[in-house]
Amino acid sequence: MTFTRRQTLALGASAFLTDLLFAQGGTARAAGKDTLTIAFNVNLPSFDPTTGPSSVNPTIQAIYRSIFDQYIGQKPDLSFQPGLLTAWGWNDDKTKVWMDVRKDVKWHDGSPFTPEDIVFSLQRAGKMDGGNPVAFIWAGVNNFKIDGSRITGDVVQFDPSFFKWMAFLTGYVLPKAYYEKVGAEGFEKKPIGTGPYMVDEYSGNAFLRLKANPNYWGGKPPFQTVIFKFVPDATTRVAEIESGSSDVTLEVPFEEYDRLITKKGLAGVATPISDIGMIFITNKDVMLDKNVRLAAVHAIDKKSIVSRLLHGYGVPIDTLEAPEYEAYDPSIKTPYDPAKAVELLKASGYSTEKPAKFTIQTTRGFKPKDYEMIQAIVGMWRKVGIEAEIEVYEIAKHFELRTTHKLAPAAFYNWGNAIGDPSTSTGHAMFSKSPHSAWKSDDLDAKIGPLWGEKDEKKRIEGWKAADKYIAEQGYVIPLLQYVQPVVYKSELKVTPNVSGALQPTLISGS
Amino acid sequence: MIALAVLKRLAMALATLAGVAVVVFLLLRVVPGDPISMMISPGASEADIAALRAHYGLDGGLLTQFGIWAASALRGDFGVSISLHRDVVQVLGERLPATLELAIAALEFAVVLGGFVAVVGAMARRTALESVIDAVNGLFLAVPDFVWALALVLTFGVLLPVLPLTGRLDPSVSSGMITPFYWAESLLRLRFDVFADLTQHLTMPVLSLGLPLAAVIARVLKGALNEAMAQDYILLARLKGMSKLRLVLQEALRNAIGPTLALTGVQFTFLIGGTVIVERIFAYPGIGNMAIDAVINRDLPLIQGLVLVFAVIFIAINIAVDLLVVLFNPKLRHG
Repeated sequence: MTFTRRQTLALGASAFLTDLLFAQGGTARAAGKDTLTIAFNVNLPSFDPTTGPSSVNPTIQAIYRSIFDQYIGQKPDLSFQPGLLTAWGWNDDKTKVWMDVRKDVKWHDGSPFTPEDIVFSLQRAGKMDGGNPVAFIWAGVNNFKIDGSRITGDVVQFDPSFFKWMAFLTGYVLPKAYYEKVGAEGFEKKPIGTGPYMVDEYSGNAFLRLKANPNYWGGKPPFQTVIFKFVPDATTRVAEIESGSSDVTLEVPFEEYDRLITKKGLAGVATPISDIGMIFITNKDVMLDKNVRLAAVHAIDKKSIVSRLLHGYGVPIDTLEAPEYEAYDPSIKTPYDPAKAVELLKASGYSTEKPAKFTIQTTRGFKPKDYEMIQAIVGMWRKVGIEAEIEVYEIAKHFELRTTHKLAPAAFYNWGNAIGDPSTSTGHAMFSKSPHSAWKSDDLDAKIGPLWGEKDEKKRIEGWKAADKYIAEQGYVIPLLQYVQPVVYKSELKVTPNVSGALQPTLISGS
Repeated sequence: MIALAVLKRLAMALATLAGVAVVVFLLLRVVPGDPISMMISPGASEADIAALRAHYGLDGGLLTQFGIWAASALRGDFGVSISLHRDVVQVLGERLPATLELAIAALEFAVVLGGFVAVVGAMARRTALESVIDAVNGLFLAVPDFVWALALVLTFGVLLPVLPLTGRLDPSVSSGMITPFYWAESLLRLRFDVFADLTQHLTMPVLSLGLPLAAVIARVLKGALNEAMAQDYILLARLKGMSKLRLVLQEALRNAIGPTLALTGVQFTFLIGGTVIVERIFAYPGIGNMAIDAVINRDLPLIQGLVLVFAVIFIAINIAVDLLVVLFNPKLRHG
């Protein structure tokens, strides 16, 4: 059999195209058992876990916790455990802190980790002009002294949540010598930490490949290689897990979650996380009327919202404290009671014929079913005599309006508190001096103010519970629900859900 | 003559860029969404907020800020990205090639496919095949790029999983490329493994962006070809016994290409705009994907840099198209 020149060329071209399309077995399947591929919902903008917008993004903490270690570790149930500090505490009058530093830890470049790294990280984080968004917490302690593996420091401004923040946003230890040698830009190019995984390759907006740290003090990580694929589009994440291109994904629409977990080879877990949905009330217009505020609270059927809009994935809440938080008080209730709402509105001269009117602001698509939830709430309000006009805004506008105290009378938002301390939920959301509060009044400040410096922990927690009760009685905010995070994974894996919402590779293993 | 026209266009381009820079700078500071308010911690005091604002150079008045930015921009310094903590010019230099490779590949695909369909359509004039081509082409025209992207994700990512869904390269392998122009470099260095991987990853984004443009090219070129085919000189050539294929390719195409080229240029700018959403869907690491994050984070230095890059691309395309139209049209070349 002979081939003409044209036939030979055609055959060659066909072979080339076939190789092109089906090289590496046709498609980029998630790699072998030693590799874990996560279709992650957000991009990693920066490797510095202590400055800029990404440092306060709770989702990204999953990556930061893989590369770096925190001063204090946190278990998936939000309880604390030794991290790079093995022990910590205050002196009796809480004017000093002490911290014992873990020994025999190495940075990813093989250099030894020392107490100087801890002091460097704390001092750097506490610089008010250093770009750390929570610098106010770190600036509360200074004048550090190192004695062997123990560090002591003077308390400038007592904050009972100081050590809790060591397991939360920006509470990471960076390498002093290396950082000072390479600078901020150099650190971005080649970051090192003491965490369970080391950066192997990074392609912004595409993927981050990590390899296991052989010297990790916490033991051998479960996978040799971890790949975070940055896939912000939910449809593509669903396709990633459904096609087998990724081993794990998160934050897929609930209807897709229900469908995916019934598929052979896939499993899922959907548990409440430390992120709540709420409606800020601003002290203006009709919201100055207590009856209107309370009517707005009692007219909302949160159970129906969760069951009908969120497919049952959510936990209705009555205060800004989720059940996992320290100051959670199950006795505080704001029940769905439309008759009471009508009665309250009537007392202020409002009815369905003459409704109380205000604007409610919401995001659309920022959180699951946010806009739909507000639509449903506005419908519930209409039935009792409240006419609310919906205004959709971007999350960036929300932040600007909130910090300048220009939010509408009602504004939907979500609030995270992965350390579970009441100061980080009720405190910062409701205290008038906080740039993030919407309701600002002296009566509430009188209840919250003394709690900031309260040194008796039991008294402090009881104080926050009392403040939450007062807020519920006055209708100063409308807590809606605790979010549930859906995680879908290959059924041969075992995923431990994390209440903080950080999908850490160390919480995933082969079954 | 042409040189003078080019110089005039370049001068206009510079003026346009300056205008874009001013408008974007002012717009970004007027629209709601202060980047600092997104970073303010719950317990921050006024002094803390002021310190954070100063850290990112957003503490001066509008004119002062613009003066500093413009002076730096003229030196080629577009500042440091708030969210990426990196030099804006450096980041753009790394990401732009990925978008250019995608856009150019999509354009090439659209020109080849659209051109082929137009030629076949022109040859099949007044036949059932022409009706079929018109109907299918109409459908492709009506479907926007992001819908193609989602349809392709479901088809070739899930139902027939033969193509990788996301990224530019398989994350489990190191490319070893030196320049950010991976596609071109892999070919030049005969790294066919990398080239094949890049091509696989590019296929769906290219189809998403290229199919709507191919439909536009097919429609316009076919119309122009049909018009040209009705001219006397074509009739004369036909009487001389020239085949239909030669008539279309050698005679009619030359006259039909001018208007198609001008429209393709305009449509190519739309295609570049379309990379923003398509790159997002396929998690492709170009400037389009990065632009969405920049806007979400209100990363003002990065947004300003991105808009200027897009503006430069659009202006360059327009100039290139104008020159090509002149090149292909003897009347314009000598007039």
